[in-house]
Amino acid sequence: MGKPNDLVQGTLDLLILKTLSLGAMHGWAIAKRIQQVSGEVLQVQQGSLYPALHRLEQQGWIKAKWAESETGRQAKFYALTAAGRTQLEKETTHWNRLSAAIDLIVTEA
Amino acid sequence: MRWFTQLRMRIQMLFERGKAGALLDDELQFHLEQQIAENLAAGMSLEEARFAALRAFGNPALLREQARAAWSWNWLESLWRDLRYGVRTLARTPGFTCIAILVMALGIGANVAMFTVVRGVLLKPLPFNDPNRLLMLYEHKDEGELAYNVVAGGVYAEWKNQNRSFSNLALLQDSQVGLSGSGGQLPENLSSAECSWDLFTTLGVRPAQGRDFIASDDSRSANGTVVLSWSLWKRRFGGDPGILNSTISLDAKPYTVIGIMPSWFAFPETETQLWTPVYHDKPENIMAMIDNHMFRVVGRLKPGVTAAQGVADLSVITRQIHDAHLDNPFIFAEASSRPLLEHMVGEIKRPLYVLLGATGCMLLIACLNVANLLVARAAARRKELAIRTALGGGRFQLLGERLMESLLLSGAGGALGLLLALAALEWLVRMRQDMSRVESIHMDGAVAAFTVAVIMLCALSSGLISALSASDKRILSTLHEASRSLSAGSARATLRKVLLSLEVGLTVVLLIGAGLLLKSYQRLRSADMGCITQNVLTMRIGLPGARYKTPGPGPANFFDGLLERVRALPGLEAAGFVEAVPGQGFWEDSGFTIVEHPPLPRGTGLFALNRWADSKYFAAMGIPILRGRSFDPSLRLDQAHEIVISESFVKQFFPGEEPLGKHLHTNDKDYAIVGIVGDTRYAIGEPPLPMKYFSLSSGEQNNGTLVIRSNHDVEQLALPVQRIVAGLDHDLAVSNVLTMDRLLGRSTLDASFNTTILTAFALVSLLLAAVGLFGVLSYMVAQRRNEIGIRIALGAQREQVLRLVLIDGLRPALFGLGFGLAASAGAARLIRSMLYGTQPLDPAVFAAVAAALLLVAGAACIIPAWRASRLDPMQALRTE
Repeated sequence: MGKPNDLVQGTLDLLILKTLSLGAMHGWAIAKRIQQVSGEVLQVQQGSLYPALHRLEQQGWIKAKWAESETGRQAKFYALTAAGRTQLEKETTHWNRLSAAIDLIVTEA
Repeated sequence: MRWFTQLRMRIQMLFERGKAGALLDDELQFHLEQQIAENLAAGMSLEEARFAALRAFGNPALLREQARAAWSWNWLESLWRDLRYGVRTLARTPGFTCIAILVMALGIGANVAMFTVVRGVLLKPLPFNDPNRLLMLYEHKDEGELAYNVVAGGVYAEWKNQNRSFSNLALLQDSQVGLSGSGGQLPENLSSAECSWDLFTTLGVRPAQGRDFIASDDSRSANGTVVLSWSLWKRRFGGDPGILNSTISLDAKPYTVIGIMPSWFAFPETETQLWTPVYHDKPENIMAMIDNHMFRVVGRLKPGVTAAQGVADLSVITRQIHDAHLDNPFIFAEASSRPLLEHMVGEIKRPLYVLLGATGCMLLIACLNVANLLVARAAARRKELAIRTALGGGRFQLLGERLMESLLLSGAGGALGLLLALAALEWLVRMRQDMSRVESIHMDGAVAAFTVAVIMLCALSSGLISALSASDKRILSTLHEASRSLSAGSARATLRKVLLSLEVGLTVVLLIGAGLLLKSYQRLRSADMGCITQNVLTMRIGLPGARYKTPGPGPANFFDGLLERVRALPGLEAAGFVEAVPGQGFWEDSGFTIVEHPPLPRGTGLFALNRWADSKYFAAMGIPILRGRSFDPSLRLDQAHEIVISESFVKQFFPGEEPLGKHLHTNDKDYAIVGIVGDTRYAIGEPPLPMKYFSLSSGEQNNGTLVIRSNHDVEQLALPVQRIVAGLDHDLAVSNVLTMDRLLGRSTLDASFNTTILTAFALVSLLLAAVGLFGVLSYMVAQRRNEIGIRIALGAQREQVLRLVLIDGLRPALFGLGFGLAASAGAARLIRSMLYGTQPLDPAVFAAVAAALLLVAGAACIIPAWRASRLDPMQALRTE
């Protein structure tokens, strides 16, 4: 039940948008993908994932569609919208600046 | 296009929440299934895989809530849920709910009604053009009674000619005119105003129909013109526009109707029905007098001129007139002013604010009472709340529920209160047609805003008090305590006692205010008027000056004939005629000198009230003739040189002297003093002033009050007397047909009204306080059943238990009483000016209130206390 304190505040949106830029996928797959790509470092908790997905959907950055999953069951697939793509670019730039800045400080010493 | 998507999503979320909820469940279920599948693939058994997945998944309900929170309408959803819970909890205890709503309705209703009145009468600007520049102007001499004195016509004329501060100065005087009957309608007497032609221009008001006066209407040589009020036009002339430019007969003289004022226009009095030009109506010599103070003056300041500058300007002019006539003691030397609004509502301002304060107190009491009831409920629901907190109910969520509950109560109370206020206002406007600006009392946007604000305030205050008292962090201890409690948590009981003390204190303040007004009103009504007031009927009669010239034989003959016929009526005991009966007002005074005394120093003078009376008036009213005799009725017109003076006249002007046989010089004539009569009061609540009576036979007076006295049911005689009047002159109307009792009642209407309302408020508050005491104590007894049971089981005497509980209940009442008495001592000073013959710290009232309060508090406490003492220990210990 714990909080996603292993994720920097506010970066979950970026991770989801980035993951979805590869193509539509459902919640489970998004969580799995983030976990795998990060080399098992980032664990996305369901308690953060689904509220985040719904929030992004409300914002109009991703859209959802029910479709058949690989197991043949109906699942909710999320995909990036045009607005979401712009937002992703914005957030990526922002993240790059931020992480570079943090890096500078951390390595300075 | 993003905003469009967002909007679509929102609308979808608003209307398809159910479906969206099901889909969310499905989505989460899918996630769970994937996890299980993965666990199975990792080699777990089916059961193991399920449990592991569920463990990883966490609390599904919380997860669902969190996801839903992302949907934009969550606040609405939780509001709706709180509302449903609120309604359900309240519906479960209909008795409590009804009482709370009623209490709130009384408090809110009274406040809304009172606020509407205060706003309409005191706060709304006058409906005239730029009303802040309008001033009522007076002549001024010393502070006190003559600080705001009416203005002499000659002084006004100089003001008008010489001043440089006012763009307009208008003159006016209240009057009464007889409107002759026409077209089958009876003649009637109407309240009118005589004004200079520019009155409406000064106020910035135009007639709704027809034209305004012009300067040439306002002279002795012009034809008579009249402007009608809307209501007179509608009532008397059926709203016929053809009345314009036609002629009506006022006091037997022709007047052309030139205009009709708008329906909202009421000035200078609420009951003014028509306006005529004063320089046309009054002889030039009267208008030119500089020592005969009789007019009101209203002025409009030029832009940029302050009231102080304007008054200073007029004072300079007044002083010049004064200095040029130093030998005349009746010419004032200064001017003064008041804002027009202040002039119109000055007298009712304090009573209205006092009543508003009283309703405020009552609202506070109502809120405290409801808060107290809510605290009691919260205490009873402590276990439920603690369990909910333990199960993860957020504090804010619980707080929201509590607030919603009190908001529901206040909202329903407010709606009901609004209805009450509407009814109360309708009643008040009907009752108090005499109140100035009563026509501007309406509910409007500001009142609506005030109502909403009051409802919110009540909801917040009563809700927060109870919610905060319950927001107990020590869940565990609460749960422990609840499992087997011997005594209730003491913190909450303290809070409730403090609330109760406050409530009792406020009630005491209201009770003392009401008690003081009540005592003052009784004093007022039992004030000795100096005459008989039982079975006396009065009616006003005014003879039109055109037909009955003064001075002259006309009026004298008319009154002789009238009195002769009236006295012949069967069942009548006595009749008389006087300019104004006691209680009918100041009317007029004049200066005089005593012929036998040495001349007074220059610039000083003696004043006394004037009354013209017929020789049998004193006998008819039961005013005792202390020495000497009444007028000799055979001395008529120029021969009527006798004068009768009152007792206080003798005390003030003939101390230690024999007045009989001495002479007074007034009206350019010498009068011989022939009699001394008892004092009468010109107004109820005012001390008797020196009074001098002239004989009606002089023919100098053509209007006044006919009084008739009978030994039973004097009102039956009204119609026969009116017939006699109509028989003497068919154009004459009598007006204000009132028994002496009702006449005095009218002049104390204000006091009676304030007293009645404040007493009602105080009694309601007392009831609320009693209910509060009873409720709290009953509740505390119920809470302490176990403890009391144990005490009794261990051998406590019933009387001891009784005393224990009684003291518990009476303590907050006593604290409240002390606090209330102290606060009243301060508050009573504020109503000092409303009191007659009663001290603000009247010990009798204070003692009576304290006794009454203790009695009521005792009665409210004795039942729960008695019940506690009757408790069966076995039963009390077995429960729980």
